[in-house]
Amino acid sequence: MTEFLMPSLGADMEAGTLVEWKKKPGDQLKPGDIIAEVETQKGLIEIEVFEAGVLEEYLIEEGDKVPVGAPMAKLRSEGTPEKIPEKDSETHPIQEKEQVAESEAPVPTASISKERPSEDISSEEKDSEEKPRIKASPLARSIAEKNNVDITGITGTGEGGAITKADVEQAMAGKKELPKPSPETATEKDTMEKEAESETPSKQVMESPAPSSKHGQQESIRAAVAAAMSRSNRDIPHYYLEKKIDMLAAMNWLKETNRQREISGRLLPAVLFIKAVAKAIDSAPALNAVWDNGLQLKNEVNIGFVVSLRAGGLLVPAIRNADTKSPEEIMVALSDLITRARALKLRSSELSESTITITSIGENGADKVFGVIYPPQVAIIGFGSIVNEPLVHDGMLAIRPVLHVTLAGDHRATDGLTGSRFLEALNNHLQNPEKL
Amino acid sequence: MTREEIQSAIFELLKKTAPDTDPTSLKPDENIREALNIDSFDALQFLVALNEKLGIDIPEEDYGKTATLRSLTDYLEARSQ
Repeated sequence: MTEFLMPSLGADMEAGTLVEWKKKPGDQLKPGDIIAEVETQKGLIEIEVFEAGVLEEYLIEEGDKVPVGAPMAKLRSEGTPEKIPEKDSETHPIQEKEQVAESEAPVPTASISKERPSEDISSEEKDSEEKPRIKASPLARSIAEKNNVDITGITGTGEGGAITKADVEQAMAGKKELPKPSPETATEKDTMEKEAESETPSKQVMESPAPSSKHGQQESIRAAVAAAMSRSNRDIPHYYLEKKIDMLAAMNWLKETNRQREISGRLLPAVLFIKAVAKAIDSAPALNAVWDNGLQLKNEVNIGFVVSLRAGGLLVPAIRNADTKSPEEIMVALSDLITRARALKLRSSELSESTITITSIGENGADKVFGVIYPPQVAIIGFGSIVNEPLVHDGMLAIRPVLHVTLAGDHRATDGLTGSRFLEALNNHLQNPEKL
Repeated sequence: MTREEIQSAIFELLKKTAPDTDPTSLKPDENIREALNIDSFDALQFLVALNEKLGIDIPEEDYGKTATLRSLTDYLEARSQ
């Protein structure tokens, strides 16, 4: 038996409200199935399962708001009623396939489980370990314990985001203002909920708007961005590099290929940026990683693309396995993601699996953008608008379309030399657009 | 297709692209993208939608002719003849 937990969709997510169950107790689940729709600060998110099994029992009801890491449902892995070690999960889809065959199309089971090797298991593990891994000083822990304060909802301000005595005291002070059940009668879930509601302004913002309120959504997205960026600024020592890239070859190639395409199939320069970043990671794999008590390299290249929303705020959905996709496939994925991001309708995996982020200003905007890293990632690549500039080319001054690319790196994880190597590789890839 | 029909299609699709704006208040020579705060991606989607609705192909080299309400309407009117 395993518990399906409220997933974390990024460093800035603290809680989610279950809007609708998409599966019933007794239903067979395949990896990739949408089990529920959850209202978060980032909109209405479809939550996927990563393990095959049977949905045994709901642990929360529609309308309940629970913190990240809280159990939502009980799942049973078919044929093995006892608790199963994480390692076995890869074999379940196959057993599952035979039993599921009559009611469900078997294709996704096989293909998805094949395409998702270690990465998903580690993210599952990450979820289930979320609570024990919280950094807090021993004093803070003991005060929290004595006062029945759940530290999962507290944002730490100490070294490396650790929760300090002051943080716990502040959380307790905030809590006093709200009516709360006595510790004896409150269940653990209740306490956690109250915590989640009372700790930070962002959670209170989440409370007020109805799920359908666009205005409330925008406000909570703003709050989510604020939380993530504040954390980044507090925890991550950024270093910055910039490379000026001659885009003549790339723009000519785009013009030529777009001439032959129907308007709906035309490529935007951002497609080349995404593909070039994905390929340049080969030269600097340490930038495709997360920092979590040390550098953890990622095998998949999932590029988070910053999508700005018309009313302000942004979302960063991931283009999965961008290194293996063709420019056409990236364009299709990008169109789909931007459209759904702006409709605030993304899937959980798209918000939680980015390994590196790109931010692109687009046409007729600022020449350069210096990004703020999205924790726990360790790098963000910024693309300014392409502008005509004087450039020395073959010893002659020429006017060329120029792109200023910046890299903000986490100096705990990498050094400028790595970043420089990456930008050089990126430049080389953009000089050979036909090979992207 | 009349000029009015073209313009009403433009307004309808701009409203879809930028729902928080009022495209009918655009001045004829105002830059549409700047006035309605439309980014590169939405600009392309708008042209795709125009193409689908009016059946008029807009090659990439003509994107420059689509910048204002007047130039876009002129362009589509000429192409629809």
